[in-house]
Amino acid sequence: MTSSYAIRRYAPDRGVWSKLTARDSVVWRLDWILLFACLALSLIGAVLVFSATRNRIELNHGDQYSYVLKHLLNTGIGVALAAGTVWLGHRTLRGAVPILYGLSLVLSVLVLTPLGATINGSRSWLAIPGGLSLQPAEFAKITITLGMAMVLAARVDAGDREHPGHRAVMQALGIALVPIAVIMLMPDLGSVMVLGTIVLAVLLASGSSNRWVIGLLTLGVVGCLAVWQLHLLDDYQIARFAAFANPSLDPAGVGYNTNQARIAIGSGGLFGAGLFQGSQTTGQFVPEQQTDFIFTVAGEELGFLGAGLIIFLLGVVLWRACRIARESSELYSTIVAAGIIAWFAFQAFENIGMTLGIMPVTGLPLPFVSYGGTSMFAVWIAIGLLQSIKAQRPVSA
Amino acid sequence: MSNIPETGRTSRVTVRLVAIQILVFSLLLTLGGRLWYLQIRNGDEYAAEASGNHVQQVVDPAVRGSILDARGIPLADNETRLVVSASRTALMKMDDEGKAVLTRLAHVLGMSYTDVKNKVRLCDAKTPQPCWNGSPFQPIPITDEATTQQALKIRESSEDFPGISAEPTAVRRYPAPAKGQTSQVLGYLSPVTDEEIKKAEHTNSPFLRSDMVGRSGLERTYDSALRGKAGVTRYQVDNLGRVMGKAKSDPARPGDNVVTSIDARVQAVAEKELHAAMVEARKQHDRNTGTNYKADAGAVVVMENKTGRVVSMASQPDYDPNAWVGGISAKDYAKLTGKKSNYPLLNRAIQGQAAPGSIFKVISSSAAVNAGYDFNGRYNCSSSYNVGGQVFKNFESENYGPISLGRALEVSCDTVFYDLAYKQWVKDGGNKPKDPKDWFYKTAHQFGLGKETGIDLPNEVKGRVPDREWKKDFWKANKDSWCKTGKKGGSYVERLAYESCLEGMKMRAGDSVNYSIGQGDTLVTPIQMATIYSAIANGGTLHDPTIGKAIISADGKKVREIAPKSHGKLPDTPKTLQQIDKALAGVATRGTAAWRFQNWPQKQIPMHAKTGTAEVYGKQTTSWFATYTKDFTIVMTISQGGTGSGASGPAVRKIYDALYGVDAKGKIHKDKALLSKPQANLPKIDRDGNIESGKLTKPIVNDEKKPEGAVQ
Repeated sequence: MTSSYAIRRYAPDRGVWSKLTARDSVVWRLDWILLFACLALSLIGAVLVFSATRNRIELNHGDQYSYVLKHLLNTGIGVALAAGTVWLGHRTLRGAVPILYGLSLVLSVLVLTPLGATINGSRSWLAIPGGLSLQPAEFAKITITLGMAMVLAARVDAGDREHPGHRAVMQALGIALVPIAVIMLMPDLGSVMVLGTIVLAVLLASGSSNRWVIGLLTLGVVGCLAVWQLHLLDDYQIARFAAFANPSLDPAGVGYNTNQARIAIGSGGLFGAGLFQGSQTTGQFVPEQQTDFIFTVAGEELGFLGAGLIIFLLGVVLWRACRIARESSELYSTIVAAGIIAWFAFQAFENIGMTLGIMPVTGLPLPFVSYGGTSMFAVWIAIGLLQSIKAQRPVSA
Repeated sequence: MSNIPETGRTSRVTVRLVAIQILVFSLLLTLGGRLWYLQIRNGDEYAAEASGNHVQQVVDPAVRGSILDARGIPLADNETRLVVSASRTALMKMDDEGKAVLTRLAHVLGMSYTDVKNKVRLCDAKTPQPCWNGSPFQPIPITDEATTQQALKIRESSEDFPGISAEPTAVRRYPAPAKGQTSQVLGYLSPVTDEEIKKAEHTNSPFLRSDMVGRSGLERTYDSALRGKAGVTRYQVDNLGRVMGKAKSDPARPGDNVVTSIDARVQAVAEKELHAAMVEARKQHDRNTGTNYKADAGAVVVMENKTGRVVSMASQPDYDPNAWVGGISAKDYAKLTGKKSNYPLLNRAIQGQAAPGSIFKVISSSAAVNAGYDFNGRYNCSSSYNVGGQVFKNFESENYGPISLGRALEVSCDTVFYDLAYKQWVKDGGNKPKDPKDWFYKTAHQFGLGKETGIDLPNEVKGRVPDREWKKDFWKANKDSWCKTGKKGGSYVERLAYESCLEGMKMRAGDSVNYSIGQGDTLVTPIQMATIYSAIANGGTLHDPTIGKAIISADGKKVREIAPKSHGKLPDTPKTLQQIDKALAGVATRGTAAWRFQNWPQKQIPMHAKTGTAEVYGKQTTSWFATYTKDFTIVMTISQGGTGSGASGPAVRKIYDALYGVDAKGKIHKDKALLSKPQANLPKIDRDGNIESGKLTKPIVNDEKKPEGAVQ
């Protein structure tokens, strides 16, 4: 077994195709269920984006396919980025983490300069030539995970320690705090919440001392209260929270989003109104429907079955990710997988939860489904990382 | 996978990974549960909310149908007027609740601020008219008589008049052709109330907020036909109100036109003559009270004998129905409902009831014949009649000696009927009734008294036949107060109460005697008497009087005729009817009404009549005059007006003159006759579906003071 393994691996006359199809190829070791679930979510997303944008002339400027095509293009780029990540391998990338982290931080800071663009009260976009825009906070979700994992796992993976020490934890927190602070300045509250969850999950999965985990949780709660009490939030953010707490408050104003979203989803019933038949969707009653409120399209037009399928597929993704986290051979990989799980899970919960009225409204996309390039690229890169971890061979081999 | 060593994880990490996994899946389960709750549990609620979200209703009000006379002349139609209305919701949002705006508006319209303000206040139990009883969300009309300049002023400086609109709107008009107002017969409209909307919500003809509803008269009876159906187009709209498509569209169906049997020309003559007769009566001295007659109210009905259709119906005092259009003012409302004006809203032809006096004698005659007396027998017409010490006088006639029932009708001899009634009372057991036949009361019921005639007008009153049953009920209801106020040997009223307390439940001899000549507690309406006399004329059929003749759709394509209906036959044999008929002709030629029908072409147009003068305790006498020819019956009454032929005679005669074109010498001018026979055909409908309108020809006028040559 071992000998033929070696021979095939180093056979010089083989092309890329045969390399990929070889028995020991990475292709066989990919998590196909995970891949298909992600693809399915992205394609369902394409249909929903089409439904949400085909009538919005002020958005699509008369080309009803412009959004769905871009969504498909983003998905393609995302898959390519994932493939590239697998090709490079998460171990190779582990070496490049400081560079990636630095790059991501610079992009985040650039947002605060005149290069940044403000959308919906949040200066979280970076305009780049060609009319495109990037949301560096999305990449920060990856780089913070990688950066923290690198520091936390360094001594453990080297076999020096069983668990990360206090110093490593403090370093890791420092790595997380700098970009979080920058994103807080934008302010992109949704991303900050996701990042906070990632930090918690990373610390948990790293095996750091309970004191750190509990301390951080306490800090988080106190921090939230302080923010609230000291009026550090913008008016629009407070208004969103108020509308969450009492949705019938001012249904034409602040509560409008949540109210319309809930009407859209609630009216879907079991089977939905049918694709392109939803009156809330065709009537454009739900704002930001192709991005943050994409789930309402599924709820209204595809009903409980369609919307439930999306939750189910997200469940599949998270189930596979959890499996990968549990079965990885290195703490670094486990931590990275856990960070990604926390990110996807919290972001999906927050996004769907706000359309269902059980979470306050923040501007977060639904992974894979929402329209939006940066988010799509980031989640697919994360999938690439998970696949790479899944396909990894033992260090000792 | 077994070849991967477990180097990456300690048990602490494993436990924590499991915790993360549990947490993640509980989050997903939460989402699924919430999704189920919204979509399956409460789905219907949200679906309803969603559909309400996307549909905007545009209401296209239906034009109310016209009410036409028998020849197509409009009695009620519509005209376009500039209506200035105020949105209460917009006004209430202002800091001063719209005071500044309404003040400016009042200035522009030349009204007082109070008038304007009162129009926009909402009606409730404590708020008197004028007030708004429609929906508070609907624009409230302030005036429908805005001039173009006023409307322009409001529209041009709309920033000064927030919530105020000035739009051309179709409003009701009562044109009063030939000055015949037909007020009480037409009725009036007022805005629909919330309760009515709620009540009609699930019926075939639901109301719209902006609907006007017929409140009385024909406007009420034929309301659903006249109202039509407003067009409602439901547009699907997006969040900005942009129309995305038509969801549902019901086109407006204009209201049907109602053709009535009213002849506008005859109506005008009837109204004029009734009024003139009352004015004349007020100049006459009443010997009983020592003052002039008050003539405070009156009514006249002209009816077709063979169908029961009403050609004309007038009631005094009357009013201008246009007062109601566009919301009635406080002053007008007080005028229309006050005691001082003697309630002009009442249609006394169907809502005024009084004792009939001698015109009741046709019923007594029939009762006598049915009780077994010979019509041509001999009955003593003495000058007075004594029953148990009480003397009943012969009011209208003198001592004629033994005469037939026919002659008793002609000369209106009371004592003949006293005697017959008394004998019947004795036969029925007197004060100790034993299986009473009650012929006189039974016959009154058979003639349709004591119940509605069924005319197609709302709120007709029943009148009263004071039979044994009624006496008992009436006594039960009043005995307590009678027994309290009654006093033996006190004033007249006290004595009466005392007697009533003891014996009020009993049919006494005096009651029956008095009853036989239409006095006492009997109450009839003019329409009941017209129905009875037209039945005598037509051979015995009691018709339900009708005013509506046909309902014609707005496009003229659907014509639904309203067929005459009857509610029974007179209880007379044809022979008796003939005998009564002959006697009534005698009244007009040689009896009590003969002096009013001098020079009448009796041969060509046989006239029949019966006069009546009813006494009312504490009031002046009621004048009754019931007449008929082959085709028409005319019954007139004037309250506190004097005698039947005296007060009502000339007016009735003049109506006949106009109907048949008879001049003062009794010559018939066919060309001047308004209606020498009933209008059989409906008005013509032209190719466009319009109903052609007849010409308002002028009636012949026989003014005694003017020489013959003045007659046109």
